[in-house]
Amino acid sequence: MKIHLKVWRQRDNDSKGYLEDHTVEADEHMSFLEMFDVLNESLVSEKKTPVAFEHDCREGICGSCNMVINGQPHGPQSGTTTCQLHMRSFNDGDTIFVEPWRAKAFPVIKDLVVDRSAFDRIIQSGGYISVNTGQAQDGNAIAIEKDRSARAMDAAECIGCGACVAACPNASAMLFTAAKVAHLGTMPQGEVEHTLRVQSMVKQMDLEGFGMCSNTGACEAECPKEISITNIAMMNRSYVGSVLGSEKSV
Amino acid sequence: MELKSNTPEGPLATKWEKYRGTMNLVAPNNKRRIEVIVVGTGLAGASAAATMGELGYNVKCFTFHDSPRRAHSIAAQGGINAAKNYQNDGDSVYRLFYDTVKGGDYRSRESNVHRLAEVSRNIIDQCVAQGVPFAREYGGLLANRSFGGVQVSRTFYARGQTGQQLLLGAYQALSRQISLGNVEMYNRHEMLDLVKIDGKARGIIARNLLTGKLERFAAHSVVLATGGYGNVFYLSTNAMGSNVTAAWRAVKKGALMANPCYTQIHPTCIPVSGEYQSKLTLMSESLRNDGRVWVPNKVEDAQAIQRGEKTALDIPEEERDYYLERRYPAFGNLVPRDVASRAAKVACDEGKGVSKTGLAVFLDFAAAIQRYGKSSAISKGIQNPSEDKIIELGEAVIKEKYGNLFQMYEKITADNPYKTPMKIYPAVHYTMGGMWVDYHLETNIPGLFCLGEANFSDHGANRLGASALMQGLADGYFVIPYTIGTFLSKEIRTPKIDPDAPEFMEAEKATQANLDRLINIKGNQSVESFHRRLGKIMWEYCGMSRNAEGLKKGRQMIRDLRAEFYNDVFVPGEVGEFNPELEKAGRVADFLELGEVMMMDALDRNESCGGHFREEYATPEGEAKRNDEDYAYVAAWEWDETEPRVHKEQLEFKDIELKTRSYK
Ligand SMILES: Cc1cc2nc3c(=O)[nH]c(=O)nc-3n(C[C@H](O)[C@H](O)[C@H](O)COP(=O)(O)OP(=O)(O)OC[C@H]3O[C@@H](n4cnc5c(N)ncnc54)[C@H](O)[C@@H]3O)c2cc1C
Ligand code: FES
Repeated sequence: MKIHLKVWRQRDNDSKGYLEDHTVEADEHMSFLEMFDVLNESLVSEKKTPVAFEHDCREGICGSCNMVINGQPHGPQSGTTTCQLHMRSFNDGDTIFVEPWRAKAFPVIKDLVVDRSAFDRIIQSGGYISVNTGQAQDGNAIAIEKDRSARAMDAAECIGCGACVAACPNASAMLFTAAKVAHLGTMPQGEVEHTLRVQSMVKQMDLEGFGMCSNTGACEAECPKEISITNIAMMNRSYVGSVLGSEKSV
Repeated sequence: MELKSNTPEGPLATKWEKYRGTMNLVAPNNKRRIEVIVVGTGLAGASAAATMGELGYNVKCFTFHDSPRRAHSIAAQGGINAAKNYQNDGDSVYRLFYDTVKGGDYRSRESNVHRLAEVSRNIIDQCVAQGVPFAREYGGLLANRSFGGVQVSRTFYARGQTGQQLLLGAYQALSRQISLGNVEMYNRHEMLDLVKIDGKARGIIARNLLTGKLERFAAHSVVLATGGYGNVFYLSTNAMGSNVTAAWRAVKKGALMANPCYTQIHPTCIPVSGEYQSKLTLMSESLRNDGRVWVPNKVEDAQAIQRGEKTALDIPEEERDYYLERRYPAFGNLVPRDVASRAAKVACDEGKGVSKTGLAVFLDFAAAIQRYGKSSAISKGIQNPSEDKIIELGEAVIKEKYGNLFQMYEKITADNPYKTPMKIYPAVHYTMGGMWVDYHLETNIPGLFCLGEANFSDHGANRLGASALMQGLADGYFVIPYTIGTFLSKEIRTPKIDPDAPEFMEAEKATQANLDRLINIKGNQSVESFHRRLGKIMWEYCGMSRNAEGLKKGRQMIRDLRAEFYNDVFVPGEVGEFNPELEKAGRVADFLELGEVMMMDALDRNESCGGHFREEYATPEGEAKRNDEDYAYVAAWEWDETEPRVHKEQLEFKDIELKTRSYK
């Protein structure tokens, strides 16, 4: 199948970007990134600079890949990362636009590669349980309801790719932050620090320059792991409760 | 060179306890002055850096990824072993130790493996305390499942994303230490050289991948936790970025590469579909708990399937060969990976493969769906359920257990595995070989330690499922924080190491020259094309089965390919910029040397053991024939451009009797 690509090229964050046209001969069994491999192979054979894009596991779990495909983060298939998208989702002769995540807090590094270290700093601000190695009690000392643990797992499945930010008209990082807050806050081990954690992480999120949440739900719709927007509601409740009800505040 | 394992004296079961009780410690005020570099943020690196930060050392941690959380460990699916015996099914530290040594075909070091089994229990406790949402029973206690090669249920898991959840736990612990200022984190930095001063490891040269500039980092000690080198085969289940460079550059500075030929070929991966393929996808071994492996009895049926004229459903029960159940009745579909992989190869070599390429076997869930459907109907009180109802209920159970794996399979192949059996084939998955380390996890270079998949230490010639996660976290959380103290306690008077010392300047210059050399070749072939060709040579001559003639030929082919690479590779762009092609070029250059040593190692080992199967050394039934008399040693290779040399560590088995490994 013949695919016409309009790919975002940008030398670095200070340069102006533009869309570049390419045509690729693809196979319907190829993944989207393998189609990009073919493109890059041909660019290299013409001694041109290949398109920089981020990827690693290619099985939808590391959160590296990040392409906005025809305006949608990770493309048209729901619950799917760019690396898991296959060319059979497209038709022979299609024109496909490919762009990077766009958000102030995610500056472009080159072409489709952006800097997502803001996410690391949000986790560093409180996205953990304070337990040193060796301090743990027996793993079965606290029984946890199967459902409760499953709910924590639903939130913990976030891969930190940033599609939620890219999808949001305000480039908000609420879903990412709320998923971690919900994961840890749902486990009994994480309850003790819950209040402080919510406050610190929300504060860091604001510092990084992510926008406000205006409940459009685009984050949930584009999340490749289908993380639920109810996590945001939970975080909001905890946040409001903590600011009003707690003496501790950051 | 004499290789000393430095295993403490005394009975096996108390060695580790005694070691910890009597080793020299570093006092807290001294720890604050001591610097440690950790390269890698997978399970091994992140847990090590976090724990050493907690202890008060000054840690600098490096990853070439954009975030520590992206390390390849994130992709592990199935689970992590621990000798908790929560199921009361006869598990114990000794049994886990025994299974691991036996599973490794008696080619690992007893003392290291026993320690691993001991600390396995602490790992689960630690991870639970970090908030890892492990799977649970209805009573709220931790759930287990079984993995290949064992007869107990000791595998803990978090759906099909165990590696992700464990890594996030370690990443969060690391993030906490970063926020406390105990660990300085360097993302997008690739270690390209090891710096030695007076014979000791004192730092690294790393390239800042954003700017392309080299930077020098000094410390009292260096820990490598840089993962495995399966990508030397080009196609593997490893993440695209996994590579051998950090370890290999250390080898070029005098460290040794142990048992490089021990490669694990995983039996259940999605088969190759075309030339453009960039990587292979694993279908977790946990599927063999419920999936039955088979091929048609008759070659004609297989051919009809290959041509697309028949499907699995057209082959009646009596025309199917459930070859694992037939050949290995005691373990059936749960035989260890090396055995399952070779059996699949045998079936396909006989012409019974079930895909267009003839390189696939079926993994069938129909029987499990029936079984679960019926028991589910009973527990729901449904009388005389219809066939459809049984299937519906059975599929629901399967979905709960393996939903995300089935979904992944369907996304990749566009086939529905609930309705027709999966097609699977073996693929390169894990490397048991790695840097030679002693009991302290210290290499032969004083002050240089190696953890996780990057070292060779615990899995012998074959790793059991769910044991890599266990080893990575054992090394990082519970072993290195102690054993590094033995080295560092002798360094408390050593002042801060100077990154401007001549040794650093020289190493930087040499690394720069290396990068310049690659970019200036300006040939005509892409880095990728060399990597792909190398992978084909490795798979053909050093893959699932090997023979002397092929290994000699393969070695020569790699040497030729390497020469061609340095003559004709094309690397676009410049050194001093963000340049992923240049990163890849350096990694492929190292694979082109490692590959040669793998061939030599496989040739040196005139026996079959675990993942290393030499066609010349097999029983009449095609099982591996080990030679304990002559080959119960670790082969540790010293690099030399013209003729790499092997050094040997004799393995001693005091607590386990060497037996022919049988799963029949
Ligand atoms: C698909 C898949 C599924 C698996 N499932 C299981 C399972 O269910 N159970 C199990 O026990 N095992 C499993 N394994 C094996 C297991 O995941 C790995 O062996 C293990 O995670 C390796 O951990 P590690 O910490 O040693 O290395 P990695 O996780 O590979 O981490 C390596 C780190 O080193 C860094 N690095 C490497 N080189 C450099 C350099 N030059 N400079 C700077 N940084 C560098 C990388 O950035 C990364 O942070 C699986 C493996 C695969 C491929
Ligand atoms: S490459 Fe890892 S999620 Fe896509």
